[in-house]
Amino acid sequence: MADEFNVIEIRNLWVIINGRSILRDVNLEVEEGDFLGIIGPNGGGKTTLLKVLAGLIKPTYGEVKIGGKKLNYNSKYIGYVPQYSFFDYDFPITVEEVVLLGRIAHKKGRSFSVYDREKAYEMLQKVEMYDYRHRQIGELSGGERQRVLVARALALEPHILLLDEPTASADQRFAAGFYEILRDLNKEMTIILVSHDISAVSKYVNNIACLNQTLYFNEGKTISPEVIEKVYHCPVELIAHGVPHRVLPPHDGVVGD
Amino acid sequence: MYLLQYDFIRHALLAGILVSIACGIVGTYVVIKRIVFISGSIAHIAYGGIGLGYFLGINPLWGAFAFTTVSALGMGMISYKAKQKEDTIIGIMWAVGMAIGIILVQQCDSYTADLMSYLFGNILMVPVNDLIFTGILDIIIIAIVYYYFEEFKAVSFDEEFARSAGIKTERFYILLLLLVALTVVVMIRAVGIILVIALLTIPPTIARQYTQRLGHMMFLAVILGIIFTTGGLYFSFCFNLPSGATIILLSAASFFISLSLQKLKNHMLNLMSGKNSFYEKG
Repeated sequence: MADEFNVIEIRNLWVIINGRSILRDVNLEVEEGDFLGIIGPNGGGKTTLLKVLAGLIKPTYGEVKIGGKKLNYNSKYIGYVPQYSFFDYDFPITVEEVVLLGRIAHKKGRSFSVYDREKAYEMLQKVEMYDYRHRQIGELSGGERQRVLVARALALEPHILLLDEPTASADQRFAAGFYEILRDLNKEMTIILVSHDISAVSKYVNNIACLNQTLYFNEGKTISPEVIEKVYHCPVELIAHGVPHRVLPPHDGVVGD
Repeated sequence: MYLLQYDFIRHALLAGILVSIACGIVGTYVVIKRIVFISGSIAHIAYGGIGLGYFLGINPLWGAFAFTTVSALGMGMISYKAKQKEDTIIGIMWAVGMAIGIILVQQCDSYTADLMSYLFGNILMVPVNDLIFTGILDIIIIAIVYYYFEEFKAVSFDEEFARSAGIKTERFYILLLLLVALTVVVMIRAVGIILVIALLTIPPTIARQYTQRLGHMMFLAVILGIIFTTGGLYFSFCFNLPSGATIILLSAASFFISLSLQKLKNHMLNLMSGKNSFYEKG
């Protein structure tokens, strides 16, 4: 794995939706094998940035390169785990089928191969949902469903894994184990994680970026108080109250290895 | 059984079976992808095509075919370009399609009672040519759904993820709408434009109550469709009722019976599992 290779390069990215700029002049380089955490206030554009990387939102201006190529909107090596999924819980589909759909762009011919199935099972085991594989998706709890969606994203064997608040609805016991799984996965893939739970996240990520319309990026996992002040300024601070303190340089041994 | 000696009865039964195949398969997608409104709109726009057919003096089904496919393409693109206004635009196209039909039909001197059979269907009067046409469309629909079964499942279930995973979801969505358009054309003769949506949605909705599997749901919906068209045909013949409306009322009655049975079953299950724990909690 070449150390210097940037798997993601974003230059002067603007996203303007209905006249409102969601992202302003975002610049970001992510090295291959990085584990990047993105924090920021609600409405700061974290989800939008992930969706741009997942090929779901087109940049208004600017350039996004993934794997050295200009953003290909059909990249089948990007695993995306959304914060909310708007599918119909009554849909006639089993957990196993949902995870198999992660391999939809990889399958050859009309149906899934044995290898596709093995991958799906492997990922179901990884998120401890293998025993639930024959359940209909609507029979699961919110946390269980979230784990299935993680398995689905992993099943496509991504080079880049994009996670939007993956532990928001997961139970605490799973959340702790989940970050261990991510650390393990990080050996094989680049991970970008958007989360509010930055105290837990900062134990595992290599780099932290702050996003509030524009991106404040520091090498390393600490962010200076000045940047925090810039990011969480004015009205937003009230909403995101309390978050900034936890990413300040380690003081009580809470953060860091 | 004595009815089967009549040619037109045999044709009507065959028409019912051919129509049920298309609506069981495509109707399943209409129900699970929740595109009932779009499908209703495509069905009514077909009236414009039928008017065009009369105006040009060709088989009105060809006119319907042209109108439904073009509108399916148009609506597919609109849903991607104007997500928020989708509903309104579809509603407008629905009305425009019918308005065009009304004007074109009025221009013709040969205004016939036959037009009623396009609006409300007459399964007893399906010409042999239309049966062949329907059979060919059935084969096309089956072939496409067989080959792209997983892609359609992915796009119907979670379009956003399918897109992020590298599927060209727009194409499959538009292809799905084209299948709806073909199905509408197939169904016009049997149940008529106004009743298309009922036969498209009722059998799959009943089927959904009994299975968790997409493939099974389609199969069951096809079987139910055949039962409803055959049963409706029988009643319409016995009591001299309009066939399309009879088929729809039979379907709807079955739907409510099935729904009540499901409710009753759930109620019984709740009673059995809840009996002991209910008072303990209190």
